[in-house]
Amino acid sequence: MNAAVVVFPGSNCDHDCETAPRRSAGWTTVAAWHKDAELPAGTEAVILPGGFSYGDYLRCGAIAAMSPIMAAVKRFAEKGGPVAGVCNGFQILCESGLLPGTLLRNRDLAFICSDVFIKVESTGSSATRGLSAGEVLSIPIAHGDGNYFADEATLDRLEKNGQVIFRYCDPKGSLSAVSNPNGSQRSIAGISNEKGNVIGMMPHPDRASERVLGSADGVRIWEAVARSAARA
Amino acid sequence: MKARVYVTYKSGVLDPQGKAVRGGLNTLGFGEVGDVRQGKYFEIRLEPEAPGNHEKDVAWARARVEEMCKKLLANPVMEDFRIEIDGVA
Repeated sequence: MNAAVVVFPGSNCDHDCETAPRRSAGWTTVAAWHKDAELPAGTEAVILPGGFSYGDYLRCGAIAAMSPIMAAVKRFAEKGGPVAGVCNGFQILCESGLLPGTLLRNRDLAFICSDVFIKVESTGSSATRGLSAGEVLSIPIAHGDGNYFADEATLDRLEKNGQVIFRYCDPKGSLSAVSNPNGSQRSIAGISNEKGNVIGMMPHPDRASERVLGSADGVRIWEAVARSAARA
Repeated sequence: MKARVYVTYKSGVLDPQGKAVRGGLNTLGFGEVGDVRQGKYFEIRLEPEAPGNHEKDVAWARARVEEMCKKLLANPVMEDFRIEIDGVA
């Protein structure tokens, strides 16, 4: 499994995204620079890591979405290749138009760095292929702008097409305003595009890939991405 | 030529920063403040390629800035924008 991890100016989870799937799932990972016109040869999956690309100037992910590498990421996605955006990577995918909706400032304005629970919804996406619907994972979040927003018609369409892949929940998988840390519409923590190959999620599987870090549930996500790459 | 662009949240989009500013104003004694929406403001200087016909230049500038708003300055999912060219809305 060969994955490219895109590095933007201000990415700060690129090393985590290179290291975590390598150590926990046996991947080969290489960095791809934002100014590159092409992805590295042999790329089977693309990870857009977390961080603060371009200092979150204008809007989170807005400037990174215009990077030369994003044209290559779009071509890769059009061919069905798995693309996973984590945190700032999710914001970049929304700004680039590869995913619908956007991520607003957290409901309570605070930056939240915390372990949360998420429930697997649709299992047809790159990040959830082979997982069970209803399965609860413990994966941390660390963001100031993770409040998922889209208009009602878009949200209804996402639900109907099975594009909601993760929702914030309590340890038992129940949804409530309390278990929704940032005010996201319908407790959405992750979505996919219509085909399911492009996914975005605010929680960090790269920070939950070894038991010593509190949870190894992130490995489930790397395994799902690898399964999806094998099918693509 | 100078363009001014105002980017604001669409009605219905939560603006927690505006809410916090409202709280601050209320605390300062501005009890009349009911709602605050925070937005963004851009000043953009433009060089028309072949300046001359002012009316034509304004139309050209407006079309270009509108494109800039749609492609980068505003996110149509959550924001509206308003453009002024040389002071004219």
